[in-house]
Amino acid sequence: MREGLASATTRVVNATSRRLGRGQGTVAGGRAGLRLDPRLLEHLSAGRQVALVSGTNGKTTTTRLLTVALGAAGDAVVSNETGSNMPPGHVAALVGTKARRVVLETDEVYLPRVLASTAAATVLLLNLSRDQLDRTNEVRMIAGSWRAALAAAPHTHVVANADDPLVAWGAGAARDVHWVGAGLRWQHDAVGCPSCEGRIAFSGGGWSCASCSFARPDPEATLVVGPGDTARAEWADGRSAPVRLALPGRFNQANALMAAVAAEASGVDALAALAVMETVQEVAGRFTVRSFGDVRARLMLAKNPAGWDELLDLVAGADAPLVVSINARIADGADPSWLWDVPYERLAGRAVVATGDRFRDLSVRLHYGGVRHTAEPDPVRAVTLAAAAITAATDGDSGAVVDVIGNYTAFHDLLGVPA
Amino acid sequence: MTAPLRIAVVYPDLLGTYGDGGNGLVLARRAEWRGLDATLLQAVSDRPLPDADLYCLGGGEDGPQVRAARTLIDDGTLARRVAEGAVVLSVCAGFQIAGRSFPGATGDPHEGVGLLDVDTVKPTGPRAVGEVLVDVDPEVLGTVPTLTGFENHGGATSRAEGVAALGQVVAGVGNGVGDGSEGAVHGRIVGTYLHGPVLARNPALADRLLSWALGDVALAPLDDAEPESLREERLATVGGKRRRRRRT
Repeated sequence: MREGLASATTRVVNATSRRLGRGQGTVAGGRAGLRLDPRLLEHLSAGRQVALVSGTNGKTTTTRLLTVALGAAGDAVVSNETGSNMPPGHVAALVGTKARRVVLETDEVYLPRVLASTAAATVLLLNLSRDQLDRTNEVRMIAGSWRAALAAAPHTHVVANADDPLVAWGAGAARDVHWVGAGLRWQHDAVGCPSCEGRIAFSGGGWSCASCSFARPDPEATLVVGPGDTARAEWADGRSAPVRLALPGRFNQANALMAAVAAEASGVDALAALAVMETVQEVAGRFTVRSFGDVRARLMLAKNPAGWDELLDLVAGADAPLVVSINARIADGADPSWLWDVPYERLAGRAVVATGDRFRDLSVRLHYGGVRHTAEPDPVRAVTLAAAAITAATDGDSGAVVDVIGNYTAFHDLLGVPA
Repeated sequence: MTAPLRIAVVYPDLLGTYGDGGNGLVLARRAEWRGLDATLLQAVSDRPLPDADLYCLGGGEDGPQVRAARTLIDDGTLARRVAEGAVVLSVCAGFQIAGRSFPGATGDPHEGVGLLDVDTVKPTGPRAVGEVLVDVDPEVLGTVPTLTGFENHGGATSRAEGVAALGQVVAGVGNGVGDGSEGAVHGRIVGTYLHGPVLARNPALADRLLSWALGDVALAPLDDAEPESLREERLATVGGKRRRRRRT
C-alpha cells in the first residue's frame, strides 16, 4: 500500500517537474517517493537482476555500454540514463517500468547503501581517485566502505579493476571477484597501501606493497593497447577480440572491457557484448558536437585530475585554441584547488580561453603554468572567441570545430544551451 | 653568481591530495620572474629528503599523513635544515605534522616533527569545510592583506604559549579551538589550514616567504593581474556572504 502510494507520488512529481521545465525530472519525484517509503528502492528492486556501476570516472559511459550489451541479448533493460546516480535517481528510473534487468550508475559514496537496498547481482568497480573532496573527504575511506559492504554481500558478483590498488582493496573481501586489467593512468592516490600504510610500487604493469602481501590480483581479462588508437581484450582462458568503439580514448576502451566482463557475469557472452558496444555513438552529450549560432564545438567532460590527465592526452597534437570551462557548484565540489593537480603545462604553446564561474581560478593556474590564455566569463562567448581565432588562423575557413572541456556543471551548462 | 634557491615540495606522493603542490610552483615562478635562479624539487617519500632553502608541506589523507610524519622524523633532514634557517610553509595535514602531535584516523595521537609548538586533536564538532578569510597579524608577518583560501579538515589545533597565530578568521573556522585563530607562525615556519593553494590565492604571502628564504631581501613587484583579480573576487564573494548571514 505504502509502496504503491510512494511509486505513484514519484511518477506524478517527476512528470510535474518535467512539465515545469525544472530539469529532467529524476530527482524531485524520487525524493518525494523515498520520503513516503524509505524502503522504496528495495521494493522496486525486488525480483529484478540489478547491476551497479561505480567509481570516480567513467560511470555514465560504462553504465550505457553495459545497458546496450545486456539489451542486445534480448531482455528489456532499464537504467538511470540521465546520470542521477543517488537513490532518488534510482527510484525514478525504476518506478515506471517492469524491465527485469537493471543497470544503475551509482555514486561511489552511496554504493554501500544502494547495494544493501538492491541486493545487486553484479557490482562493477572502475577506479578511485580524488574528486569533490569537500563532499567525499578521502578516497581511502570510500575504498574501506566498499570493502565492508561487499564482504557483507556474498551473493554479489564483483567486476573490479585489478590495476587500481584502491579498487582492489574495496573489492578484495568480496566472495566472487572477476578481476580486469583495465589500466590506471592516474596513480597519485594509490601510493599509500590501504592495507598497511606501506608504500605501493608500480612496475611493469603490476603493483605490490613493499611492506605487506597486498599486490595486484591476476586478471581474467586484460586490455592490451596496440598501435595508434587500437586495443585488444585478452582473456586468461585464451579468448581475444579487438575493442572497437565509436567513443574516443583509451579510458573508454577500458570501460568497454569492464562492461563486457560484467555482461558475462550477468549471463551474456563477453565477446558479443564487446561487439555491440561499437554502436554507441554518444553518451549523455560527451564528445557531442553542438552548434552555437554558426560556430560548432565538441563538448568534453573532465571533472577531476584523473579525468583531465586522460583528456589532455586525447586533445594533444592539435594547436587550435581550446576552451576550458570551470565551475565550483555543489555537483562540482566547492573547492577548485584540484586545478593545481592537473598537468595544464601540457597545453603550453596552445591558446586557451578560460571561462566558467571560476575562470579566475583557472586563469591563475594557467598563469603559473606558463599557458597563454584569455579570460572570458561567458562560456558561449568563449566558444565564439576561440572559433574566431581559428577562422583568422586558417584564412577564413569557418568549418573548424572548437574543442571545449568543462567540469561537471560547466559541461552541462553548454550542453543545455538551446541550439 | 649565487647558488640557486632550492624549493622542495615535501612528499607529494603522501601530502599531495589537495592541490598544495601548487605552492612550490608559485614560489619557483615568482623567483624566476624576478630573474632569480630557483630549483623546484619534488621530494618523494622513498628517497632521502634533499637539502633545500624552502620546504612546502601540503594536505593529505589520514593514513599517508601518519606515514609522512614518521618518515620525516626518521629522515631528520627537515629538522636539521630548519635549525640552519630554512623556511617552511605547512598546510593542513602538513601543518599538523609540523606540530608536536596530531590525531590518526581513529583519533589516537601521533608524534609530529615538532617544528611548531602546536597540538592537534579531533574536534568535537563536524569537519571544517568551506571558504576562509584571514586577517593576518602584522606583528607576525608585517603587512600582508587579508588571506583567502579553502579549508577542509577535521582538526582542532591549539598553540602553546608564545606561538603566534597566522591571523584571525573573518570567515570560516581556522584552528577550531574557539579563539578565532588561524594557523601558527614561529620564526620562519608558517602553518595554516588554507588550501587554494594558499600562495596562488595570496601572492603577498608567497613573497614574504621568498624574501625570508633569500635573506630578507626586498623583492621587485610583479604583474599580479590574475591573482589579484581572483583575490578581489573571493574577498567580495566570501565577505559578501558573511555580511548577508550576519544581517539575518
